[in-house]
Amino acid sequence: MSQNSAPQAPAGASVATSLAGAGLRSRRRRKATDRLMTFLVYGAFAVTLIPLLSLVFEVVRRGMARLDGEFFTSSMVGIVGKGGGVYHAIFGTLIITGLTVVISVPIGLLTAIYLVEYGTGRLKKAITFLVDVMTGIPSIVAGLFAYALFAIFFGPGIRLGIIGSVALSVLMIPVVVRSAEEVLKLVPTELREASYALGVPKWRTIVKVILPTAIAGLGTGVTLAIARIIGETAPLLVTVGITNATNLDPVNGRMATLPVFAYYQLTQPGVPPEFAIDRAWTAALVLIMLVMGLNLVARLISRFFAPKTGR
Amino acid sequence: MAKRIDVSDLTIFYGDFRAVADVTVSIEPRSVTALIGPSGCGKSTFLRSLNRMHEVLPGTRVEGKVVMDGEDLYGPGVDPVEVRRHIGMVFQRPNPFPTMSIYDNVAAGIRLNARKMQKADLDDLVERSLLGANLWKEVKDRLNRPASALSGGQQQRLCIARAIAVEPDVLLMDEPASALDPISTLAIEDLMTELKERFTIVIVTHNMQQAARVSEQTGFFTIDGPGQPGRLIEFNATEKIFSNPDEQATEDYISGRFG
Repeated sequence: MSQNSAPQAPAGASVATSLAGAGLRSRRRRKATDRLMTFLVYGAFAVTLIPLLSLVFEVVRRGMARLDGEFFTSSMVGIVGKGGGVYHAIFGTLIITGLTVVISVPIGLLTAIYLVEYGTGRLKKAITFLVDVMTGIPSIVAGLFAYALFAIFFGPGIRLGIIGSVALSVLMIPVVVRSAEEVLKLVPTELREASYALGVPKWRTIVKVILPTAIAGLGTGVTLAIARIIGETAPLLVTVGITNATNLDPVNGRMATLPVFAYYQLTQPGVPPEFAIDRAWTAALVLIMLVMGLNLVARLISRFFAPKTGR
Repeated sequence: MAKRIDVSDLTIFYGDFRAVADVTVSIEPRSVTALIGPSGCGKSTFLRSLNRMHEVLPGTRVEGKVVMDGEDLYGPGVDPVEVRRHIGMVFQRPNPFPTMSIYDNVAAGIRLNARKMQKADLDDLVERSLLGANLWKEVKDRLNRPASALSGGQQQRLCIARAIAVEPDVLLMDEPASALDPISTLAIEDLMTELKERFTIVIVTHNMQQAARVSEQTGFFTIDGPGQPGRLIEFNATEKIFSNPDEQATEDYISGRFG
């Protein structure tokens, strides 16, 4: 006989008729739902993570073979088969990306400043719309645009490092504008008011108060924008081409870049192909390491330049 | 050098909406004038119009005159930036510049305007301003530390030091103590009593006791109803406003019957 004080349904009555019984059923249902959801969430995480991890693993595994001194100190001059390196491609990537930054950051930053501090009405809407469109431009189209532009002046078949920079700028500017805009909007209005109340004109307020306050976010945004365009292959294929020798002059002839180098090693490996394929994998690994390095730099910038609170 | 401000028939518009209508008042130099009234009746808008800060919002305009030293601040060809160099403002929430140290914050009015000053003179100015704001003793050993490391009351006094460092003629204060605790509030009020020897001070406050404590003249703003512009109902000596006001509306507000 169940004569206990614990809340239990008397024998014979259905479980649902007692408060405890109803509680038990819904508790069981909640637990089951919780388990299902946990499984789904972790599952989704795994599905996302597995390709990423497998990609990194594969690139490291296959790229490690050529991570030697020769790879980083020699170009492809005179190489048939074994040996060779990406000295020319690393510098090409650095120079072209550097030029891209020099073009994109001032334009992107000034546009963002205009949109946040000065823009009103239709002009602002038009610019915002155009920037949105630019974020969606396929990279090959950006490359073709830059090539066509220079071909007008230099004739067909022109290949220069700077054309690649122009193409990459078309891709980088909207990213810089978007992230700079977000960061500038985060600067509180009260800071602007404090500056205006001291009789500081608007442009000085922007240069000396708003930009220094936002510098951490701006640095991070630019670094991440660089990381995005550094591996773009299609525009560089049509604007810069490839070369075996080291060319550090962006206005004179073809240059080598890491992504295009990997492309050509893979598609025109020669005989025997293993050496070229190894070089392609290692070039891809170097590219990934560069992007990771840039992401780390972005975090360091954010930590180092954020306004100190000291509390 | 404290100056007097004469306002005549001032009406302030946000677009087509009249926020404040037909204010005529004289602000006495070397005194504290308090503006009281219920929320949303245009006190802050009026205060901001005195140094043309309301123009920071797009679409605002003004009819009427605000005259200081014989010159209409809204006259043609008058640069609002120049006006603000003579009429300073302290805001409700302390807003020191976060990227600057305490010293740089006080010197900001000079530095940001690229006015040249010898280091020694600037040091003197910073010290005088911090003394004037009753903050010197607390921060003199850490002038190079970030300003955001100070407490709320100290930050507000820092903002006051920053405002007086440019030696304005008038100091406007928009509810300067409402975000602070009672002790800091008292410190700010004592500060106002000292500062009025050198500046003309206009303060907006929700705290009637504060208005009664610190001001010589008080103006009572109110609004007839939603969508109506705010008006200055009465402007008188503080003792009169709080003991025997002329207008019934003032009497109602003071005794807490509304607002």
